[in-house]
Amino acid sequence: MSVDVFRKGGFDFSNARRNAFLEGKGMPLPKATSTGTTIVGCIYADGIVLGADTRATEGPIVADKNCEKIHYITDNIRCCGAGTAADTEYTTAMISSNMELHALSTGRQPRVATAMTMLKQYLFRYQGHVGAALVLGGVDPTGPQLFTIHPHGSVDKLPYVTMGSGSLAAMAVFETTWRAGMTREEAIQLVAAAISAGIFNDLGSGSNVDVCVITKDKTDMLRNYEMPNQRVEKERKYGFRRGTTAWKSESIRSLIASETVVPVAQLVTDEMDIS
Amino acid sequence: MADGHQHPIEHRFNPYAENGGTVLAIAGADFAVIAGDTRQTEGYSIQTRYAPKVFKLTDRAVLAVNGFQADCSEFVKRVMQRIEWYRHAHSKQMPLKAIARMIQTMLYGKRFFPYYTYNILGGIEEDGTGAVYSFDPVGSYEREACRAAGAASSLIQPFLDNQIYFKNQTPAPGAAPFVPGNLPIDVVLPIVIDSFTSATERHIEVGDGLEMFVVVAKGRDVSQLASLNAEEIPATNPGEERVFIVRRELKKD
Repeated sequence: MSVDVFRKGGFDFSNARRNAFLEGKGMPLPKATSTGTTIVGCIYADGIVLGADTRATEGPIVADKNCEKIHYITDNIRCCGAGTAADTEYTTAMISSNMELHALSTGRQPRVATAMTMLKQYLFRYQGHVGAALVLGGVDPTGPQLFTIHPHGSVDKLPYVTMGSGSLAAMAVFETTWRAGMTREEAIQLVAAAISAGIFNDLGSGSNVDVCVITKDKTDMLRNYEMPNQRVEKERKYGFRRGTTAWKSESIRSLIASETVVPVAQLVTDEMDIS
Repeated sequence: MADGHQHPIEHRFNPYAENGGTVLAIAGADFAVIAGDTRQTEGYSIQTRYAPKVFKLTDRAVLAVNGFQADCSEFVKRVMQRIEWYRHAHSKQMPLKAIARMIQTMLYGKRFFPYYTYNILGGIEEDGTGAVYSFDPVGSYEREACRAAGAASSLIQPFLDNQIYFKNQTPAPGAAPFVPGNLPIDVVLPIVIDSFTSATERHIEVGDGLEMFVVVAKGRDVSQLASLNAEEIPATNPGEERVFIVRRELKKD
């Protein structure tokens, strides 16, 4: 019998049967942090505006109130991520790394379509098990480019796009107010309004609005562009009196290490023997 | 299934839904506070930002009900009906402990098709003390000093255990021991407000609005409620117990 020394890449499903058995016995699988999210993108006259909310959830619990969902790909390309937080972070970081290598090897500014192709081929390879739903936008020598990439690897190329659990709320705003050839300020306001619709009407989205504007010459990351959900001051102070916590026993150890240092010079008793 | 074999798949109608939200109640020496948020949800959607979950039953009893909204409204309707029948039959308002026992029999009466509701009853007993009764969906109940129920109960109850029952707190040397259920109203209401603003921060199904009902014993001073914009609900029997309502906004994201 031959021993498998080399293993193929990709997911290992050898534990699937065991995990199904364990689940039947009442031990559920660990749940991943999901960015039940609102992310959007919009093309305007001379660039791209991307937007995202900042809430990360674990089921009904808010895991992070101010996370970053607009990920760096290259200086002129950014990618918003929805779905399993780990998958969106890892996938965009890996593609970012490969895009840098690609730019170095070709000596050209990398194109958005290149990142899109790398992302969709990676996601398709994993048949939807890598749970990343992405909005990819950037400006390259061919002009402003905007894509959505679904977890199974399908791609849409549209002038305005939304993704995540708040995608319907955000798309409702785009469908009512979007116009062709908007100015930078108009596009930013539209994107912020679309994200706000998600924040207030979708329970998976919340907290702040992040915006990113990409033009031919520069990229502006407007982190926490709007903060409409600041917590009000608490009614009471919850400090505790010193000694509130009871204890059963006390032991104090000295953590100060002491040592004696003998200078090396004192060990040399005589001058060097030069006879 | 992982075995990959063909097998019949059972399809069944699920008559229940889960509509989020949270309620809590705290008893004082001669008052009780019963509060709930006003958001109603299903999945990731907000069905309404104002669906009351706390109801005045009599001049001295307030019921907070949470879980499946259709069962909640049906259950409250039937409880109110039975309380009115009691008033006609006995020419007096139903006492709090009698309402508590009645709720138990009504819930257990549907033991094998339960109302999917978590009930917290608060108010004033016949001896003039503040009281809180909490129920499970099939009628097990208990009188307590405080209780949280609903979506964020697991976030709020430990906070209440610490602040109301003084759990994990030792009194200062020589000081009197802590006694639960004796906190003044100007401490209890801020604790209720902070419970809900904190639950709103960390639970997606809690938010929009907060309604706090305050039931006070006969003859009790209510000057502390004036500064909180408390609105009095007119009493059936003036000069006895009184019910006030304090409203606050909660975050809407």
